[in-house]
Amino acid sequence: MNRPQLGIAGVSAAEAGEANRGQRLLAGSLRADFPLFAHPERGRPLVYLDSAASSQKPQPVLDALQDFYSRGYANIHRGIYRLSAEATAQYEQARKDVARFVGAARAEEIVFARGTTEAINLLAQSFVRPRLKAGDEILITWMEHHSNIVPWQLLCETTGAVLKVAPISDAGELDLEAFTQLMTPRTRAISVAHVSNALGTVNPLREIIRLARERDIPVIVDGAQAVPHVPVDVQDLDCDFYVFSGHKLYGPTGIGAFYGKSEHLQAMPPYQGGGDMIRTVTFAETTYAPPPARFEAGTPDIAGAVGLAAAIRYVESVGFAAIEAHEKELLAYGTEVLESIPGLRMIGTARRKVGVFSFVLDGVHPHDVGTILDGESVAVRAGHHCAQPVMDRYGVPATTRASLGLYNDRADIDALVAAILKTKELFGA
Amino acid sequence: MSDTRELYQDLILDHGRNPRNFRPMADCEHGSHCHCAEGHNPLCGDKLTLYVRTNDELVEDVSFQGSGCAIFTASSSILTELLRGRRLSEVRELKDRFLAMLTEGNDLVEVGRLGKLAVFAGVKEYPMRVKCATLAWRTLEAALDGSDSTSTE
Repeated sequence: MNRPQLGIAGVSAAEAGEANRGQRLLAGSLRADFPLFAHPERGRPLVYLDSAASSQKPQPVLDALQDFYSRGYANIHRGIYRLSAEATAQYEQARKDVARFVGAARAEEIVFARGTTEAINLLAQSFVRPRLKAGDEILITWMEHHSNIVPWQLLCETTGAVLKVAPISDAGELDLEAFTQLMTPRTRAISVAHVSNALGTVNPLREIIRLARERDIPVIVDGAQAVPHVPVDVQDLDCDFYVFSGHKLYGPTGIGAFYGKSEHLQAMPPYQGGGDMIRTVTFAETTYAPPPARFEAGTPDIAGAVGLAAAIRYVESVGFAAIEAHEKELLAYGTEVLESIPGLRMIGTARRKVGVFSFVLDGVHPHDVGTILDGESVAVRAGHHCAQPVMDRYGVPATTRASLGLYNDRADIDALVAAILKTKELFGA
Repeated sequence: MSDTRELYQDLILDHGRNPRNFRPMADCEHGSHCHCAEGHNPLCGDKLTLYVRTNDELVEDVSFQGSGCAIFTASSSILTELLRGRRLSEVRELKDRFLAMLTEGNDLVEVGRLGKLAVFAGVKEYPMRVKCATLAWRTLEAALDGSDSTSTE
């Protein structure tokens, strides 16, 4: 890990200066840190505007994966030998990095999972299920991703519990009054997105959690879309659980994590059985390991955790002050130029939002928009964004969504606008 | 934009904007002479109901209703135009040839025999969009086989 790392610009990581990342971002973007952009698509530079689906990976993350597999790999928590002990140390260091990143007091409060989806399913089964009786309620919002809807529907089907959904406004903001009304003495859990993937809305988490606390209702936060954009402090928020994925945070796929309050984790039964989550096993009785191991059955994605930690350190080295300033500037610019296009209607205009532009274009279906933009090397998502209820709410079958990351700059927005204008021209719209 | 211009040819844009035979068929219910079926692309949301009225082996009328992208709408619209007045055996042959063009090898001889449908040959270069072009034809398959619905999943 000590050798100089050559980035794509041919300068060592040390030379490039981690401390300069924030300044470089404010001066434009950090595209040079992401090797994918060094390979033009069909002779043209790629304009990648789909970070809300998944983000590209910076060189330090790729280096961490390469280094781990080529120098430090062994299974963890088992081997007596040095390599296994070192791999274990790296894996547990990754847990500490995640804990620091979300402001958890202890690393033991961080559990690794495949991603947000698996973490929510785990919490539905291990945390919420034992608290539920038929007729009890789970409260979510209208802007949830399918991964924060379907696990609860599955749970309701088998327990007779009822899923309640808080409405949103035309701008895409949570109706806090209606939300409050929907908290009843039978509400056993609230599960809510920190940031909406389809609309970009930042939810008033602090207020939601305060209201829930007053009623003693535990709150699970789906932070998948939030962690790349806003700083998170779970102690300050006082949420019960906070869930996120690595791949939207410039880390590898297949790895994510969640924070859980220690008192909850201690009381929860395992989600999956297997190796590494037990204390002792006999055919008569098996006792389980304490958290977090209790929830990490089997060999985990060790390299994924190491890569996730590298992504976290990368994001930390940029700093959220710069990340938020960069995004705020691009969001304002993008909103202005996109809204000036005749026939373009923005879906999701919350006062507090991250860099997500979801829109429909008069007379052109979002899939046709997506295909023509792709012809211009502009990568966007077209579809329902795994949030069909949101599409229904606005009476559209789908939207085109452009979403921002650390590698985007004004030129990307300009390319997007130019491609939309070409689409309109082609369709005579 | 030469690439996508090849995909979105004028004929496709025209039918996408102004679909022909875009109407329900009131008297069409399952029976020996009327066939209708629903088609759905769950992944992208294209949806249609296809109505086919036959007299003996002859297709008398075809219409559709639905919503989706230009490729899907144009494909459905052109299908309704092409089928009217054809024998069912011809219709099945045309369907097989069209589906083969988009889902198997793009044989030039085949494309030459497709007439107007050759305009969709370019869709093959866009794997994510093949389902848009084939949905109406898959639904036709379901209608003629007497099943109520089809989905591309």
